[in-house]
Amino acid sequence: MINKVVTSCDEAVADIFDGATIAFGGFVGTGYAMNLIEALHRKRTKNITAICTMAAGGLLPLHEAKQIRKMITSFPVFYMPAHMPQVYNPFEEQLLSGEAEVEICPQGTLVMRMWMGGGGYAGFYTPVGAGTKVAEGKEVRVFDGREYVLERALKADFALIKAWKADRWGNLIYRKGAINFNPAFAAAADITIVEAEELVELGDLDPSFIHTPGIYVDRVVIAEPKRPEVKLVWTDKVVESEIDSLLYVGKTI
Amino acid sequence: MALTRELIAIKVCKEELYDGITVNLGAGMPGLVCNYLPSDIEVLLQAENGLLGYGGSPALDQIDYDVMNAAGLYVTMLPGGSFFPSHVSFHMITGGHVDLGILGALQVSEKGDLANWIVPEKRFGSIGGAMNVAVGVKRLVVMMEHVDNLGRPKIVRQCSYPLTATRCVKTIYSDLAVIDVTPDGLLLREVAPGVSVEEVQAATEPRLIVSPDVKEMEF
Repeated sequence: MINKVVTSCDEAVADIFDGATIAFGGFVGTGYAMNLIEALHRKRTKNITAICTMAAGGLLPLHEAKQIRKMITSFPVFYMPAHMPQVYNPFEEQLLSGEAEVEICPQGTLVMRMWMGGGGYAGFYTPVGAGTKVAEGKEVRVFDGREYVLERALKADFALIKAWKADRWGNLIYRKGAINFNPAFAAAADITIVEAEELVELGDLDPSFIHTPGIYVDRVVIAEPKRPEVKLVWTDKVVESEIDSLLYVGKTI
Repeated sequence: MALTRELIAIKVCKEELYDGITVNLGAGMPGLVCNYLPSDIEVLLQAENGLLGYGGSPALDQIDYDVMNAAGLYVTMLPGGSFFPSHVSFHMITGGHVDLGILGALQVSEKGDLANWIVPEKRFGSIGGAMNVAVGVKRLVVMMEHVDNLGRPKIVRQCSYPLTATRCVKTIYSDLAVIDVTPDGLLLREVAPGVSVEEVQAATEPRLIVSPDVKEMEF
């Protein structure tokens, strides 16, 4: 019998080793496997290379404990306009002090590198980044009169994925915009660990509407969904009337 | 008089949108565009993180925390809207399926090069999805203040800041003017009410070609 369900988040992340490359689904405030991230925080796994579209967000506990040594990301730092509160991002301090490093990658290129990695491709040529710093040190070729940059595909040792519903075979569906980077990252890791809100019986998910087939999934743990805590730094330049309140709803200020 | 950010957004809506258009909005000033969409046409807003057909902000008690646009703002979905994974979203963008991209800018060169992700004073910057959008959309326009907060022109002969993409900007909407990037150079088409052609030129580093039909902006 196939049963990918494990009983606790701690058990689900138990074999994640120091120095592992880990892909994290999620974007700003949605689609992070926060319970698994907290288990990783408890485990104090060190020297992580994190593949995630942005620093801070759901990764904040790992940055605070200095567990992430390197990020492959499109958003390592946040510079909000002076009249807005700034995003609390210890990863920036760690970059500036040299404790951490970053490989900057355009967001669409990052997710495509993972999707390609999961499909067994070595890389792909993209027009994105041609003529910019992103192309430095990479092969550039002209096809049909346009410059393309060779981007290597990417894989991770582990992926931490947030789903809405899962069954014991590991079939997944995601809820609304929480899907974001999760399906591509789920497909590109040696061990894909899923936190789902709800476990359903085999057959309950309509086979026509499964987002991630269970072949990509190794473990499923069921947990009450949690949103990442976003911490903001208020300076004396902040003009409260100019802040879009919806941006900050429900977040720790 | 220089336009407010809101008036720039209204101007972009008037000039760029048409029935059935698909639009990707960058973070910052372009986000204002979704407040001024004409009600008599259907405009599909696309967000990199996997939304097509989203609408304005929800009421505070109607927020769905899993429905957020690429600027991190909570939004609503229109009937007919869809969610999809980011790799599909960027497939749409890079594949030229999105009609219009509207981005902010730190600098635009007279050839249409765009710099909008890092200033040299900072050691690190964030690209987000801007490089993909700048290269992929069928038509790219920028919305920006004409000069930076030190009064220096942001429209320059050559960008001194690291580039987002080369030769990608088609039209610049600033608080002072509407300027097209053409093979011959920058074409000044419209000026903000009460702003002279000379004032626009004085705030712009490269020489502008003044359209014979240059006129004051209408809204």
